[in-house]
Amino acid sequence: MSTHTRSGAFPAPSSLKVVAGTERAQAAYPYYMQFTAADDERFWFYNSMHFPEPMSAFDMVTAEAAYCALGSSTTRVHCIPTTLGIDYRIINGRVYIGGNAVTDPAEIARRTGEFQQRAFYYYGNWERLYAQWREKMLALIGEAQALPKLELPEFEPLANVHAGRGIASNHLLLETYQKTLEGYFRMWHHHFEFLLLGYGAYMTFFAFCKKAFPEISDQTVARMVAGMDAEIFRPDEELRRLARRAVELGVDAEFQEGRTAQATMAALGTRGAPGRAWLEELATSRDPWFNINVGDGFYHYHRSWNDDLSMPFAGLAGYIARVKAGESLKRPVEELQAQRRQLIQDYRELLGSEPEREAYDQMIALAHRVFPYVEGHKFYCEHWYTNLFFNKIREFGSLLAAHGFFAREEDVFQLTHYELEAAIIDLMTAWSNGSPPRGPQHWPQIVSERRAAIAQWAKHSTPPALGPVPDVIDDPAIVMLWGITRESLDSWLRAGSDADTRELRGFAASSGVVEGPACVVKSVEEIARVRQGDILVCQITNPTWAPIFQKIAGAVSDIGGSMSHAAIVAREFGLPAVVGTGTATSRIKDGQRIRVDGGRGVVTILE
Amino acid sequence: MSAGRHIAWFDEVGLGDREQVGGKGGSLGELQRAGLAVPPGYVVTTPAFERFLASLEREAPVRAAVAALKCDDLEAITACSRALRRRMEDSELPAEVLGELAAAHARLVLAHPEQPVAVRSSATTEDAADASFAGLQDTYLWVRGAAQMLGRVRSCWASLYSVPSISYRLKHGFPEQRVAMAVVVQNMVDAGTAGVMFTRSPTTGDRSVITIEAAWGLGSAVVGGEVTPDRWVLGKITGEISVREISDKLIQHEPAAGGGVEAVAVSEERRRAPCLSDTQLQQLGTLARQVERHYGCAQDIEWAIERHSGAILLLQSRPETVWSTRDAAPIARREEDPLMHVMSIFGTRRCP
Repeated sequence: MSTHTRSGAFPAPSSLKVVAGTERAQAAYPYYMQFTAADDERFWFYNSMHFPEPMSAFDMVTAEAAYCALGSSTTRVHCIPTTLGIDYRIINGRVYIGGNAVTDPAEIARRTGEFQQRAFYYYGNWERLYAQWREKMLALIGEAQALPKLELPEFEPLANVHAGRGIASNHLLLETYQKTLEGYFRMWHHHFEFLLLGYGAYMTFFAFCKKAFPEISDQTVARMVAGMDAEIFRPDEELRRLARRAVELGVDAEFQEGRTAQATMAALGTRGAPGRAWLEELATSRDPWFNINVGDGFYHYHRSWNDDLSMPFAGLAGYIARVKAGESLKRPVEELQAQRRQLIQDYRELLGSEPEREAYDQMIALAHRVFPYVEGHKFYCEHWYTNLFFNKIREFGSLLAAHGFFAREEDVFQLTHYELEAAIIDLMTAWSNGSPPRGPQHWPQIVSERRAAIAQWAKHSTPPALGPVPDVIDDPAIVMLWGITRESLDSWLRAGSDADTRELRGFAASSGVVEGPACVVKSVEEIARVRQGDILVCQITNPTWAPIFQKIAGAVSDIGGSMSHAAIVAREFGLPAVVGTGTATSRIKDGQRIRVDGGRGVVTILE
Repeated sequence: MSAGRHIAWFDEVGLGDREQVGGKGGSLGELQRAGLAVPPGYVVTTPAFERFLASLEREAPVRAAVAALKCDDLEAITACSRALRRRMEDSELPAEVLGELAAAHARLVLAHPEQPVAVRSSATTEDAADASFAGLQDTYLWVRGAAQMLGRVRSCWASLYSVPSISYRLKHGFPEQRVAMAVVVQNMVDAGTAGVMFTRSPTTGDRSVITIEAAWGLGSAVVGGEVTPDRWVLGKITGEISVREISDKLIQHEPAAGGGVEAVAVSEERRRAPCLSDTQLQQLGTLARQVERHYGCAQDIEWAIERHSGAILLLQSRPETVWSTRDAAPIARREEDPLMHVMSIFGTRRCP
């Protein structure tokens, strides 16, 4: 990022104070995540896209592992010429990040040579390397699934002794924990193996379109590139399939609004062969497609559909009603593909010259080659693997809770991953020595202190950015992944001064105009409050919320770009949507009437 | 059309007939041929003008009088202009021109002799070649009855001999022998809403959007800049409306009782109301694409929506000139190695 500054600055990091009474919770985060005086010289922004809520001590591992792998890719593996990795800091549970630009022309030139030997090889061998990536990822998932159950028997099982294993069960706790953590860090390396290159090819086409057609909407470019059969669409498609099957099997009457998933499944169990047949269909859908979490993979409490069937079941009743009304609920994939081809062709014809058409053809071809990865990786990384990871940690939580370290298994997420290892070793030692563990005296108070701190932090808003404002934001990683530009910074600076206006601006994600009552959903747990015809107002929309999209009349989010999956899903549902407004959940009150103009990216508060 | 005719109907002419029907006449013919709705009408051709001029020349020189002027002698130009214009406006048309014109007009207005018409100059020089020259000729709106129409046709021709027109020709060395003008006579559209549209963004040059500007009443208020029009931008391909600027439309042009138009205040409740519905915007967008496709280049189009029937009629279309002449080098070209395109994202810094 440029070090030049223009008028206007955000508060210095040093001026941002830890909320009173939460100092010890803040100190729990490792020293390398804390702001220091030198950080005042740099520009930071709050990564509310990935971390919209305060992070618990354990969940910080998601930032650690992700930035460690992202930086490896940009700095040392693919050697992106103009940028190194991304630094991150945490205060009051909020994650701030800052780019690390390369500005010396000689260094950029040196890195360009490296980049072209590395990235171009990836582009040139994309299909083969991506196929290999899938194998690696499935193997990693397999490893995580194969990790042993956590057990501390009173006596080492005789079989182990007779087999001469020579390692006692308590050691397996440490081994399993370290493998769990190692696997998670490895997953993030896989995640970034292709991601920046994929986004870069897309951005190349995007930037060309913006130059050729200055008024083209982001969503139109997105529609030209977006695929039709990405893995991320599968969970919702499975749900539609299950709705069709329920009607075909004649068990649809069991799906009633307000009935819990458990009650519905119990009722199906009493419906003989058709009920069992449907439950078998459900089982095939669940593995692996219900391994999708209701967030974006950064919070332990964003559980997967498999862990909490209420989300998919909430959508089933609506889908079943539509099937009975004669809808097939099948995504018209061929029609969508034909529309995409037509759109690409139509814009091609509008170009001003033949050389431009040739360049356009080259760029869209590359974007189409790489985009399946951009769309597909999330299911394997942020969803499937991440669920396995958090659930394994939850097993440790359960074991530690059983030994009195804290009250509930969920409390484990109030420990950092270092502290968790210490607690595990404490338990291992206690088992070895036959003495009580020390943890039960140590952790409960810390856990409750940290829970209270998170509740405090959630009540305090945090500045969108810190430090001097750079003249230009041209760090490709930041522009690509966060969509932050100099213009968006200006609007953040302005937001303070015109906070009383009734208009919010964001990315035009899906066109159409709609008015209705706002349902402000600040966390996933509140999603059950959403009613038919509401306009969903949330921090970040997620494709796993797709079942909710059939209920709502429109969507508004604080965070997200026009290529976010939320935008894609909204477009498929034909719902007006504005994403990336920055402040919708804090400025719009629950129940207020609002107007969403998804074509212009404007949300108006009507009352 | 066959050469030498004095009257030509729109459906008989096209752009290729510019020499005889002028740019405006040719364009209207072209639009009608492309299956687009234009207000019905005919063109009084340049041969008719030549015939009229010949009858004048028999009494006293016209072209030679102008050609003899010096471009810096404003006094002489003014005197000559006054004399020539008076002669043109006061002289009867030659009998056969008059007969054909009266017959054509009767056919146009049918049973409604008071049906208002527009009488519009249609210059033979390319409009786009020099807009300022084209702008020197006159247009008369809400002309009623054959007698008034005939007078306005002569006024159009006389406008060729206005002081600015003569000065312009002298200054640019434009040969008098080639000065000729056709006149378009067409039914007036009683417009409830009218305006212009551009198949290329006037502000950014974007070819993928259509900009529509419109106001209540007759289009002359928009074209003449007497009202701030509502403005919309819609995607040429997607149909998405990305800009909706509804302005405070203080006045609108309405037909005046004694012919011509007058500005009247817009009622309070309509001032800030959008003057086009989304359906109408989409219809206009479709028309704009048809016109552009027909011509094969970006167009500036005038249109009006008939007050009672709601029918959209095209009044004029001409090639866009600002961005078309500005187009420079391609913004990107084919790369030997297509991967080199990504260096635009990864390999360069955009320095402030």
